[in-house]
Amino acid sequence: MPQIEVRGLAKTFRVAERLPGLAGAFRGLFHRRMRDVHALGGIDFDIERGELVGYIGPNGAGKSTTIKILAGILNPTAGTSRVDGLTPWRDRRRHVARIGVVFGQRTQLWWDLPVIESFDLLRDIYRIPAEAYRDNRDRLIALMDLEPLLDVPVRQLSLGQRMRSDLAAALLHGPSLLFLDEPTIGLDAVSKLAIRDFVRELNRDRQVTVLLTTHDMDDIEALCQRVMVIGNGRILVDGSVAALRRRVRNERVLVVDYDSAGEAGRVDAEGEGVRLVERDASRVRIAFDPDRIPAATLIGALLAQGTPHDLFIEHPPIEQTVAELYAEHDMRER
Amino acid sequence: MNSAALLFRYLAISLRGQLQYRASFLMAALGNLLNCLIELAGIWVLFDRFGNLSGWSFAEVAFFCGTINATYAIGELLATGFDQFGMLYVKTGDFDRLLLRPRSTVLQLAGHELSLRRLGRLLPGIVIVVAAWTALDLPLEADRVALLAFAMAGGVAFFFALMVLQATMCFWTTESLELMNILTYGGVETASYPLPIYHRLFRRFFTFVVPLACIGYFPIVAVLGVDDPLGTSRMFQVAAPLAGFAFLGVAIGVWHLGARRYTSTGS
Repeated sequence: MPQIEVRGLAKTFRVAERLPGLAGAFRGLFHRRMRDVHALGGIDFDIERGELVGYIGPNGAGKSTTIKILAGILNPTAGTSRVDGLTPWRDRRRHVARIGVVFGQRTQLWWDLPVIESFDLLRDIYRIPAEAYRDNRDRLIALMDLEPLLDVPVRQLSLGQRMRSDLAAALLHGPSLLFLDEPTIGLDAVSKLAIRDFVRELNRDRQVTVLLTTHDMDDIEALCQRVMVIGNGRILVDGSVAALRRRVRNERVLVVDYDSAGEAGRVDAEGEGVRLVERDASRVRIAFDPDRIPAATLIGALLAQGTPHDLFIEHPPIEQTVAELYAEHDMRER
Repeated sequence: MNSAALLFRYLAISLRGQLQYRASFLMAALGNLLNCLIELAGIWVLFDRFGNLSGWSFAEVAFFCGTINATYAIGELLATGFDQFGMLYVKTGDFDRLLLRPRSTVLQLAGHELSLRRLGRLLPGIVIVVAAWTALDLPLEADRVALLAFAMAGGVAFFFALMVLQATMCFWTTESLELMNILTYGGVETASYPLPIYHRLFRRFFTFVVPLACIGYFPIVAVLGVDDPLGTSRMFQVAAPLAGFAFLGVAIGVWHLGARRYTSTGS
């Protein structure tokens, strides 16, 4: 049985339409036009125990709404969901005791408390048995390198330090399911890598199921075997990262370096499934469709024309893939 | 850890936090103290001019005033999380954070802060009660003291309930409405004077709708050992503070309705 089961999940918000200007604001006091916003239009998916799933989409697509519903803090308008056999929004307290949630934008810790005291308080809130708590705490402190931060009040932590503490805090009670909502937002490269390594190990070594939302496609490429793309409240793609790429455009880029710009300038690279993307001094970038022309054939043709000193094949960045997917479905921020 | 122990943990943490900002705490406590003394001075001026208040002596009215101030202070002390709920939790979306923890939201908010500056109202309140008790020459009997404690406990529940209701409104209005101050600050002011001086409609309102008199006037009449000019029985006066607890039960029920609304609108 899947750990998370979602069927026909829909959420409609009723929002009051704001009229422009001060006069409009006064008019709004007496007469309000309500408008329905369909944040989720009936989505379905399953997530198996131990999966690490990326959940992406433009702002306002319904990512956070989904996470909030699955975390039990928002009721859906329609549809069902079972997480470990519980309906999250009906059994809120039992449900949240078994999951971990981290919001990148907002800390779950106590602003004025030193990190270690926040942890101790969480032990009491989650009723973590003393021994399990000690083990988990010490392991997380070591993994996330928190030792030097333990006595620092949370408000004095840098964003990266805070994020590491937040992640540790969300795992003290040993949840088997972790929701990460933009965990790398605003972090520097080193912190991002630390978070990614940690999440990867957590998933691999402890079989913690992870549902990760992010705008950073490097997170997705580094971590996720599976990715779901949501737009306008619907799941557009659900599959592997490779499948996501194929879904939009099956194209790779061959980068070829020559010794001189003159040599690069003589290269002819037009034909069936091939097009020249860019000529930049002694470097040439050629896009090709591997289904229509195998890489070996293309390289052979190039070698017949001259002798490059280096060449390599690039995937198009996943950002581009996703941007094209969004464009295809005409998604704009709402 | 059970709920009561967790509540104490929360409150101990809050206390330590406040003691770090000593000056701020002292100023706020001093402000509350002055507020309370000015109120009492107002009553004294009244008596200085008119001698008595439809048969009630200054010491008796001071007793009402001191008790209700001390009661309100304890209620406010415990309900600070609810008092500041709109600003701190709804506007910022931080209520989500409480919902993500496997504990009742009422417990978590009660543990939000034990606001020490409320001591500025509690201490003078107690001093006034003790002084009035002495001035009235009331015998120091266990059942009299127990009844006063019971009345105050019911009163704490009553004021706590008002704060919970005030916080509940934030689910609809986002910001906490000053409307409730009519019942909190206004309630303290009102209950500082004996109930019979008010119009019949007010008396009914404060007995049956918002049971302020049930935790103030009625039990205190029994503590003072005087006959109620309104003709209520001793039994009623002694049992009246129960209304404070019932009122709290209703308020918590309404709170859960509000919280359910929050989880279906997400704001």
